[in-house]
Amino acid sequence: MGMDKCKVAFPRFGNYHIPLEFLFTKGLGVEYITPPPSTRRTLELGAKYSPDYVCSPFKFNLGNYIEAIEAGANTLVQTGGTCRLGYYGELQEQILKDLGYNVHFINMSRANYNNPLTFYDEFKKINPNLSLKKVTSSLITMLKMVECIDEIDDFVRQNVGFEVHEGEIEKLHEEYLNSLRTVETKKDVEKITKNYKKKLKDVKVKKPKNLMKVGIVGEYYTIMEPFSNHFIEKELAKKGIVIYRWMNVTNSILHNNGKEQKKTIKPYVKYYMGATSMATIYKTLEWAKEGFDGIVHVKSFGCTPEIDAMPVLQRISNDYKIPILYFSFDSQTSETGIQTRLEAFYDMIMMRKEKR
Amino acid sequence: MKKAYLGIDIGSISTKGVIIDENNKILASEYLWTEGNPIDAVKRLLKALETQFKKKTYQIVSVGTTGSARKLIGAMVGASVVKNEITAHAIGTTSLYPDVRTILEIGGQDSKIILIEDGIVVDYAMNTLCAAGTGSFLSSQAKRLGVEVEEFGKIALTSKNPTNIAARCTVFAESDLVHKAQIGHKKEDIIAGLCKAVVTNYLNNVGKGKKILPPIVFQGGVSKNIGVTKAFEEATGHDVIVDPNSHLMGALGVAILAKKSKVENEFSFDITDMEFSTIGIECQKCANHCEIICVYRDKKMIDSWGNRCENGAIPIKK
Repeated sequence: MGMDKCKVAFPRFGNYHIPLEFLFTKGLGVEYITPPPSTRRTLELGAKYSPDYVCSPFKFNLGNYIEAIEAGANTLVQTGGTCRLGYYGELQEQILKDLGYNVHFINMSRANYNNPLTFYDEFKKINPNLSLKKVTSSLITMLKMVECIDEIDDFVRQNVGFEVHEGEIEKLHEEYLNSLRTVETKKDVEKITKNYKKKLKDVKVKKPKNLMKVGIVGEYYTIMEPFSNHFIEKELAKKGIVIYRWMNVTNSILHNNGKEQKKTIKPYVKYYMGATSMATIYKTLEWAKEGFDGIVHVKSFGCTPEIDAMPVLQRISNDYKIPILYFSFDSQTSETGIQTRLEAFYDMIMMRKEKR
Repeated sequence: MKKAYLGIDIGSISTKGVIIDENNKILASEYLWTEGNPIDAVKRLLKALETQFKKKTYQIVSVGTTGSARKLIGAMVGASVVKNEITAHAIGTTSLYPDVRTILEIGGQDSKIILIEDGIVVDYAMNTLCAAGTGSFLSSQAKRLGVEVEEFGKIALTSKNPTNIAARCTVFAESDLVHKAQIGHKKEDIIAGLCKAVVTNYLNNVGKGKKILPPIVFQGGVSKNIGVTKAFEEATGHDVIVDPNSHLMGALGVAILAKKSKVENEFSFDITDMEFSTIGIECQKCANHCEIICVYRDKKMIDSWGNRCENGAIPIKK
């Protein structure tokens, strides 16, 4: 890395830039540059330098990298994954190099997800004077932070549509995330979270008797990065729907229940289908059995594992008579088309509910 | 004075309007081309509707809009209901055919399938990627063949041996059509083949994975093409109903919704003499650069939209 001070960045992904910032600054002792929130410019930049047919998460990531470099980053990190994502790092590194950016690229897909020590090896490339003890303790705090963020996120999703005074929950949520940036220890995280959980529970909400429940399933990036799914959760919640989402880092990585998923969906799926498809089918089936009013499936255009899951979802939809709305996003999605389909979906589940 | 309700369906290609009474009876209806100018099309539509019903007996008390320009026209006419075309079509059709199970709808630029159970929508889909299964594809091919699109259906029925036309994508369908014409296929066979191709494309893209159960109602501009209707009957193995007002279902549906809304504002045809215009501005307050549309009536702004956050909101001076 030469004499330059190391300034690390990782693509935007939900609110996880906060725990990442903690891990890199406290654990690895380097500066962390949070890429600016994704905007249309991010996507346009990313799309301009990406192959047209690559999925939109690739384009967003690339846009985030360029905007992070503009903000001063000189070391970029990419993760591995169980789909094409596993190959993205190398291609993005090459594209950035061709564009003339002189940056250091750390590709975590070289690490082995079953062996945490291999991550340590990758981290050492960022800071050779790394202390294993420090990394381990920050990692523990960071993981706690992820769990807490996900827990609060669930609460927000299920209540934001019912506030008596609009905007209160979002304001508290933002405050909570900001105060997480000041923590030093795991205890701090727990204390702040407890405090905000109480504050959030005290927000006046008015839920109708006949609550409408909608579950969101789908591909890893698109489901978790609100800008990439056109803020679909917020759009639906604002119509007075309780939104459920299982897919987050806590459930998919920290406490994965893969065996249970496989067992639950056995009547529909015999073999492992890759990436997020198993979880998509698992939650759709569970929520169908629980009598949810509808399911929304989101993915980036061309996401193969999720395309494979769709025929199974159609079977579940027929068997349990649960409506499923499918969305495929890319860099050219029309806002009007999304609005029309969401409105129609809302009308449909509401009229079904009234009829029952 | 008796109450009446106006429904307007402003599509990409055509603009439709109906006026109904309290019993959903159609008092006036009109269908004309949008010609890329929805505001002007609606003015023409209103002028035509105005002459068709008894203004001394009926007063329009509520207006609904649907179709892709529903928001713009909703602001223009002061609509009490602005509804997406899927719901509007379902409401319109079920008011006439309460037992319908499947609605096939092919319009100028989009196509959809709506599945109904006990009078309510249980599933739907809309085309997302390709225009091959739509009306604009048929009219551009009609032009290529030198035939009026209105004649398409009748000509198709005279064919004994429809030509097979690759229907996966508009561009390929077009080049396949040219190829088949150049090697000597008869015009009526090609036209019948095109009607079949539209149906194949529709069933593969829009209807995929959906169970098409009778009674089936086919509507939208393309339903006027008897060749396509016949092709649907052959493909599904069921009778396909086409209502004489099959092109007006969206307008009828949204008129019924305006009635059900109970929101009443006396509507005046005077707005045809007012000047309406829109200005699009690109918001510069953040990197999202939202395109904000401002609607003006006689140079006074009456509405604006398109901003994704509060920063881009443009206050309306009252």
